[in-house]
Amino acid sequence: MSEAAGNKGLAAAPIGLRLASVLHLLPWALALLVYVVAGGYLSLGTHALIMILFALSLDLALGQAGIITLGHAAFFGFGAYAAGIFATHLSNDPLLGLVVATVLTGLFGVFVGILILHTAGVTLMMLTLAISALLAEFANQAHGLTGGDDGLQVGRMAPLFGLFRFDLRGHTSYLYVLAALFVWSLVAWRIMRSPFGRSLDGIRQNPRRMRAIGTPVWRRLVVAYGLSAAMAGTAGALEAQTTRAVGLGALSVLASGTVLVMLILGGTRRYYGAFLGATVYVVVQDFAAQIDPFRWMFIIGIMLMAVVLFLENGLVGLVDVAGRALHGPRSPGR
Amino acid sequence: MLDITILLDGVAYGMVLFIISVGLTVTMGLMRIVNLAHGAFAMIGGYLATMLLGAGLPFFAAAIVAAALVGIVGAVAELAIYRPLYRKGELAQALMTFGFTFVVIAALTTAFGTGIRTLPVPPTLSGVVDIGFRTYPTYRLFLVAVGLVLALLLWLLIDRSSYGARLRAAVDNPRMASAVGIDVNLLFTVTFAGGCALAAFGCVIGAALMPLEPYYALRYLVLFLVVVGVGGIGNFKGSFVAAIALGIIDTGGKFLVPQAAAYMFYGAVLILLLLRPHGLMPAKSAA
Repeated sequence: MSEAAGNKGLAAAPIGLRLASVLHLLPWALALLVYVVAGGYLSLGTHALIMILFALSLDLALGQAGIITLGHAAFFGFGAYAAGIFATHLSNDPLLGLVVATVLTGLFGVFVGILILHTAGVTLMMLTLAISALLAEFANQAHGLTGGDDGLQVGRMAPLFGLFRFDLRGHTSYLYVLAALFVWSLVAWRIMRSPFGRSLDGIRQNPRRMRAIGTPVWRRLVVAYGLSAAMAGTAGALEAQTTRAVGLGALSVLASGTVLVMLILGGTRRYYGAFLGATVYVVVQDFAAQIDPFRWMFIIGIMLMAVVLFLENGLVGLVDVAGRALHGPRSPGR
Repeated sequence: MLDITILLDGVAYGMVLFIISVGLTVTMGLMRIVNLAHGAFAMIGGYLATMLLGAGLPFFAAAIVAAALVGIVGAVAELAIYRPLYRKGELAQALMTFGFTFVVIAALTTAFGTGIRTLPVPPTLSGVVDIGFRTYPTYRLFLVAVGLVLALLLWLLIDRSSYGARLRAAVDNPRMASAVGIDVNLLFTVTFAGGCALAAFGCVIGAALMPLEPYYALRYLVLFLVVVGVGGIGNFKGSFVAAIALGIIDTGGKFLVPQAAAYMFYGAVLILLLLRPHGLMPAKSAA
C-alpha cells in the first residue's frame, strides 16, 4: 500500500513534522487576531471561515479521494436547508441543529455516493451536477418547506449553551463558526494521516491497482464522500444559522464552481490550501466588488490565471517558495 | 397537432445546442482539456455580432464574420492560453479556463454594458410559413435547416475527408498520430479555432432562444457540458443525438409539464448517465 500511496503524500510528511507545532498554531492565532481587530468586517470573517470549511470538505472528496465533482453545493445547501427547517419547526438550539444537519447531510452524501460513485471523470462530474440541479429544483418547488424562490427566513438561534447570545455584531457567530471549523479540521487532519486517508490517496492515483491489492475501492469512496458531505453540511448549517437566511443560491452550480475555484486556487491536498484559497477569494472578491460590481470578475479572473501560470500548486506554492528561501538551497526539496 | 410543434421547437433548440457544443466535444475529447471557457467564446461572437449589426451588416453576414473573428480569437487563445495547459492537470485547466471566462465577462460588460442584448432576427425569418397542417415560425425552421446542413458538412468533414481521418487518429491516440507524421499541434489549433467559430455562430443565430447577457458564458456552460457528457466525449454523432434529445426533453417538459420541466431534464441526464456511464456513444469503444 505504501508504494501505491505514492511519493507525494510520503514526502510531505517530514516537512509537516519539521515545521510542526508552532506553525500549525499560526492560522488559529491569526483567526483570533481577526476577531479582535476586524470590527465591521467580522461578518466577512465569519463568511470566510464557513467557506474554508466548505473548501476543506471538497478537498477530502476531490483532493484526497480524487472524486471530481461539480455539484458539491448540493451538500452545502442540503445542510443549510436542514438547519433552517430544523430551527423553524423543531428547535432553535444551535448545537442540536448543527449536529442534526451534519448527520442528515452525511447520510444524504452516502446515499448519493452509492448511486453515482461507480463512475469516474466527466461522467461523474455531470452526475454530481445533475443531482445538485435536481435538489435545487426540489427546493424551488417545495415552497411550504423551503420558501422556494423567496428563500427561507430562519429565526434567531437560542443562546449557545444557554449562555452566549447571538449578538447583532456577530461576535458569538464568529467564535462559534471558528470552533466548528477547528473541530472539523482536527478530524480532517486525522483522516489525511490515517490508513484510511492513505488508501484514498492510493485510489486517487490508481484505483485498479488498489482494487488488485484488495482495497474495497467503492466502499472507501462512499465513506469518504459521506464524510465530505457531512463536512459541507456543517458549513451550510453554519451559514443558515449565522446569516439567518437560506436562498436557492446555496444549491447553485455557481456555488459549486466557486468553492472548486477556492480550493484549486489555494492548492488541493495540502490541508492549508483550503484555508488560504477560501480566505483570499472571499477577501479579494469583497474588496474588488466594492470598487465595481462587475469588474471584480476581472480581478479574480486575472488572479486565477496568474496562479495557474506562475505557481505550481496554488497559493500554498507561495509558502513552499518562501520556505525554500528561508531554508536556503540545501534544504531537502520535494 | 400541438405535439408536432413542440417536437419541432425541441429539435430547433437541440440544433443550436449542437452547433455550440460540437467544438467543446473536440476540446475535451481531442485535447483532453477541461475547457470551462467554451461559453465565453460563444459569447464573444454574440457581442461582436451586435456590433457588426449596429454597423449595418445584414444578419447572416454578421453571424459569419463574427464566427470568423472568434475563430481567430480561438486560434490565438489556443496558442497563448491552452498550449501551456496541456501538460498540467485537469484542476489547473479548470482554474485557468474559469479565470479566462471571468476576464471575458468583465471585459464584455465593460465594453457593452450589463443589460440583455437582443439580436434582431431579419425580416425574412421573422414571419411564419405554412407547413401543411398549420403555420410555423420561419426562424425555427431556419435553425433546423442550418443545424442539419452543418451536421451533414461536419459528418463529411470528419468521416470522409483526410482532415477528418487525421483528426480521428489524433483523438484515439495522439502519440501514435504524431509518430506517423500528423502535425498534431497544427491540428489542435485549427480544430480549436473551428470549434470556437461554430460556438460563436450558434450563439448568434440562436440568440432568440438563448438570450445574450453578461453571464451567458456561465449560465449555458452547464448545458454544453451536459450535451458533451451525455453524447460521449469526443464523439460528434453522440453530441448530435444528445443535443437533439435533450432539446426535445427540455422543450417538451416546459410545454407539457411546466412544474416538472427541470426534473425531467436533469432526471433524464441522471438516468442516461447511470445507464450509460460513457455517454450515448462512447468515443473509445466505437473507434
